[in-house]
Amino acid sequence: MSRAGTIARRTFLIGSAAVAGGVAFGIYAYKRTPLNPLLDGLGDGQAALTPYVRVDQSGVTIITPRADVGQGAYSMQAALVAEELDVAWEDIKVDPGPPSVAYYNGKVLAEGLPFAATDDGFVARNARLLGDVLGKFLGVQVTGGSSTVADAYEKMRVAGAVAREVLLQAAAQQTGIAKADLRTRNGAVITPDGRSLSYGSLAATAAKIDPPASVKLKAESDWRYLGKVMPRIDIVAKSTGTAIFGIDLRMPGMVYATVRANPRLGGGMKGYDASAAAKSRGVVKIVPITDGVGVIADNTWRAFRAADLIKFDWGPAPYPATTAAMFETVAASFNPAHQDSRLKDEGNVEAALTGASVIEAEYKVPHLAHAPLEPMNVVVQFKDGRLEIWTGTQIPLFLIAGAASATGLRAENIHLHPQMSGGSFGRRLEDDYVRQAVELAKAFQGRPIKMTWTREEDMTHDFPRPLGMARMRGAVKDGKVDAYDLSIAYPSVTASQFGRQNLSIPGPDVAIVAGAWDQPFKIPNYRVTGYRVPELVPVSSWRSVGASGNGFLHDCFLDELIHAAGADPLKERLRLCWHEPSRKVLEAVAEMSSWGSDLGKDRARGVAFTLSFGVPVAEVVEVTNTPRGIRIDKVFVAVEVGKVLDPGNFDNQVQGGIIWGLGHAMNAELTYADGIAQQTNYHAFEGMRLYQAPRIEVRALTNTDEVRGIGEPSVPPAAPALANAIFAATGKRIRELPLNKHIAFV
Amino acid sequence: MRLKVNGKTHEVDVEEDMPLLWVLRDELGITGPKYGCGIAMCGACTVHVDGVAVRSCSLRVGDVSGEITTIEGLGSPEAMHAVQAAWVERQVAQCGYCQSGQIMAAASLLSVNAEPTDEDIDRSMSANLCRCGTYPRIRAAVKTAAAKLRGGKP
Repeated sequence: MSRAGTIARRTFLIGSAAVAGGVAFGIYAYKRTPLNPLLDGLGDGQAALTPYVRVDQSGVTIITPRADVGQGAYSMQAALVAEELDVAWEDIKVDPGPPSVAYYNGKVLAEGLPFAATDDGFVARNARLLGDVLGKFLGVQVTGGSSTVADAYEKMRVAGAVAREVLLQAAAQQTGIAKADLRTRNGAVITPDGRSLSYGSLAATAAKIDPPASVKLKAESDWRYLGKVMPRIDIVAKSTGTAIFGIDLRMPGMVYATVRANPRLGGGMKGYDASAAAKSRGVVKIVPITDGVGVIADNTWRAFRAADLIKFDWGPAPYPATTAAMFETVAASFNPAHQDSRLKDEGNVEAALTGASVIEAEYKVPHLAHAPLEPMNVVVQFKDGRLEIWTGTQIPLFLIAGAASATGLRAENIHLHPQMSGGSFGRRLEDDYVRQAVELAKAFQGRPIKMTWTREEDMTHDFPRPLGMARMRGAVKDGKVDAYDLSIAYPSVTASQFGRQNLSIPGPDVAIVAGAWDQPFKIPNYRVTGYRVPELVPVSSWRSVGASGNGFLHDCFLDELIHAAGADPLKERLRLCWHEPSRKVLEAVAEMSSWGSDLGKDRARGVAFTLSFGVPVAEVVEVTNTPRGIRIDKVFVAVEVGKVLDPGNFDNQVQGGIIWGLGHAMNAELTYADGIAQQTNYHAFEGMRLYQAPRIEVRALTNTDEVRGIGEPSVPPAAPALANAIFAATGKRIRELPLNKHIAFV
Repeated sequence: MRLKVNGKTHEVDVEEDMPLLWVLRDELGITGPKYGCGIAMCGACTVHVDGVAVRSCSLRVGDVSGEITTIEGLGSPEAMHAVQAAWVERQVAQCGYCQSGQIMAAASLLSVNAEPTDEDIDRSMSANLCRCGTYPRIRAAVKTAAAKLRGGKP
């Protein structure tokens, strides 16, 4: 595949290359513009071929480099390629492919830029282009930031179209029939006399053909798959217990392992006594690792049981030992020395508040665990200088780099086989569990080792969503919101997360204020300031990242101001909102929920709005104040997403995001005592259960041109819509999550 | 120790207190039942013993006296059980990790209650956790499955 390196640069650098018995097609988009000086620094060698389509005698395989963690990414990526390539849906085979910088994500870095998604100005647009270049330059093959669809929308369709074009040329060569007289249908080229040449039979000829420099994509009106409800390609496997997740892998000679590491994260291990564990049935080997011990056994449960018998002498936590102490550190960070950003400063907040009747509040959000249902696990095998790794991951290249530095192996001797993940919610943006298993593999070479964390290990070794606080001041005038001064303090997710990959990101951490500073409201005096709290517990990205907490605190205080102004919550948000697509989602939920109509005794509704990941979302939550507590009856949600590529998956993702947002808002927090997370299993960290799930009515709006991802944006407005509804139903304003600290739910 | 799983008898040499889940997964290679919590709080490990849904992560294998059915024994991709077919029809799964347990719980419910109300579904399916939030589709799929099993329309 290195022959791509010898092809001259052009707008689309496309190549096909022979693979074992077949041919692979790819596309590498090179946008050379004088505005992007970094591009001139890229050498020819970096124009690696980007394979998305592999054709061999057995047929077509579509390469889906973005991880499927439940969001349907494999199906979506396959649909983009298959639409243009013309493959029957039921014949689609996918393969996550080899990790490669060629699969860089050009969109994921855009969310970290200090430009609002609604900012269409010259600087913002070019900064986003630079984000694309940086993504390519850093080789960021990352699944995250709701960026898969936005990033893949064009390049994977082009890859499918290029492959189809080459297969048509191959068929023309083989048959002597002019290409213009050939057509394709469901994985085959069809001749005018009705003969069918399968793509597989054309692979050898196609491998010798130089792909075209440009292709014409189908008109949207001709789409067969995109825009339609398609069955997920994994749906039968996932409904019959035959889907294989990383934790289900079985290999000849495999042994089973678990690890126990200091639950005071980073606290080190002073000593341990594994003498009882060593005698436990089935134990094969006990291996000390960084900050802990691994047990290798002949059965996972036997490894768990033996690990329970180890006595540890852990070091102290390198951070404040309790949640209360951590909140004190947060509270002490609202000062100029810790100011990280002031990305919004409109009007004159200080002047507007002087002499006004100032409304003040303080909001708090807790640490939250990812707790995907499949606990962290990985299969590793170190044999003859070659390391194999099988796991679900959103960061394949970082993972390999980490394994390389742990083993001293060169990256080409490390082979990662991406697996299906039982959820992630951001957890598989980390590779800590892989690094532990690699230590086991070094100490126990030859046989494959499946390392599985207990749920307790998973809960106590998460890098959670950070806790944080906000302090607000505001004022109203003439029945309108007039001033909103918002100060937010969190530890930096970006610094913590990238720090674990030995990267430092300069400048402010936009995640501290995401979902707050970038909201499309025109309040006459409006200021948002971010404060960076020194690192406490190491933290990470949790579904919707900064907006997960900021959606709550920004919108709830806006709701407070609107109530203080005596205005209608929905009408005042609409009046303040200057961004037309955002106005449309507010208008849509107003209509869907019959906003303003009487719901009857003890019932009320609340509205909230958050724009995150470029997607404006408005939600209305209806609740009943029952004698035993709050019942969530119904949710109406409107989402502006540019284009809906699969209405079925769209609906499922939006509903799932709302249930995620509401469930954690109701009852979930991770608290620390003695430096250790106290919620060790689902009995203490529950989220939503089926009986609590409301009816959810979803509406997609497509008034913009930008194609956006939908895995995260429905999360942020769920908590504030619920809190605002509780206020409307009870008069109780709850300024802290989870809400069940102050009110019961049924 | 002798175990009958999905119609097949297996001889296993394990401790009496090994949870059934780990006998199935690591000794017999039956990986449809999942490990999620180990304390009967999430339901991902749900299997049937004599047709009744149990949490295999918290059931000592030595205490199992009946015949075990896992999701693999309920139906196969080629010959799906009505509940599995309903799960496909309703496109329930996201990550899918909890769905083996959800489907086994639903099949158990429908074997004793052919026409469950919303309340029945809420009551008997709430012990199965889904972190992705597929609950609205689970509710719909249980009703679809009930209709399929009754041979009528929902």
